[in-house]
Amino acid sequence: MVIQCSVIFAFLAIGELLVYLTGVPIPSSIIGMILLTCALQTGIVKERWVDRLSDFLVKNLGFFFVPAGVGLLQCLDIIKDQWLPIVSATIVSTVLIIAVTGWVHQLVRRAAHATGHNDGQKQ
Amino acid sequence: MEFLENKLFLIALTFLIYLGAQWLQNRLRVTLLNPILITIILLIVYLLVTDIPYETYRQGGDYIDFWLKPAVVALALPLYRQLRTIRKQLMPILLAELAGCIIGIVSVVITAELFGATRDVIVSLAPKAVTTPIAMEVARTMNGIPPLTAAVVVVTGILGNLAGFRIVHLTRIKSPIAGGLSIGTASHAVGTAAAMARSQRWGAFSSLGLTLNGLLTALLAPLLLPLLGYAP
Repeated sequence: MVIQCSVIFAFLAIGELLVYLTGVPIPSSIIGMILLTCALQTGIVKERWVDRLSDFLVKNLGFFFVPAGVGLLQCLDIIKDQWLPIVSATIVSTVLIIAVTGWVHQLVRRAAHATGHNDGQKQ
Repeated sequence: MEFLENKLFLIALTFLIYLGAQWLQNRLRVTLLNPILITIILLIVYLLVTDIPYETYRQGGDYIDFWLKPAVVALALPLYRQLRTIRKQLMPILLAELAGCIIGIVSVVITAELFGATRDVIVSLAPKAVTTPIAMEVARTMNGIPPLTAAVVVVTGILGNLAGFRIVHLTRIKSPIAGGLSIGTASHAVGTAAAMARSQRWGAFSSLGLTLNGLLTALLAPLLLPLLGYAP
């Protein structure tokens, strides 16, 4: 478990360092995730070094959002005043994002297949 | 009664409510009884009844919140396990993400405007599809209300977690790649939890969707919002 924690927190720390040095407005955790994916791919980090903690964290991802959700309490007044735009914008855009992302992906894939320029064939 | 605001007690309470909610969902199998949603609602009721301010809960909650960052780093593993498929489809994935990110921001702004939201609320809602740290950062740079963003982000996640598969099905999205990608793009890590429960493959593409949309939103929202009439 010590190895597992060391690797995950090391990559988080590298993310923090990069944010500190460059000032990019991207969260350190996202940078850490991208770098860890690269490290796994290149074999610098072995899967067995991170698998147990990662699987545990990923499986319980939803739980870690609870405190942020309880933060609703802080903005009850705004929500009471503007619940209609907040609720409708949330629902409309969630449906649209799912539909558009999925459709564009399927369309581009189909187009690639039709013209024979499927990226998959190059590999 | 000071014990009721003891931070270790509040942490234990959060775990216990979540455990109970999970047990209830496993017994009854009603999707609306989402454990995250139930826990949030019950904790809010508890804090209102006992008149404990959010800041006090936050002192315990921060210890749980803390794990959000390592958990996002840990999403590297499912992503790595699917990397070969991802590389084969780089172009379709990137275009889909770009479209999803833009439609997300634009549709939130237009819908919220139509229903008469104020400027602060509109810019706080704009980044709501992506994970809390990014969304709050965007809200902060756009002079919105970060706590409102955090709350709406979680509600959006729960919506994607509850209804994501149904929307995928209704909009005739067939492949697990397109479906996973869409759920992650629309509802970040909370939606991804539902995708992960279906299969590693759904989960991996959902993680990819949340990552790419997170990056794109962080980069594009501060550029798109001024074009829509909302400069910081």
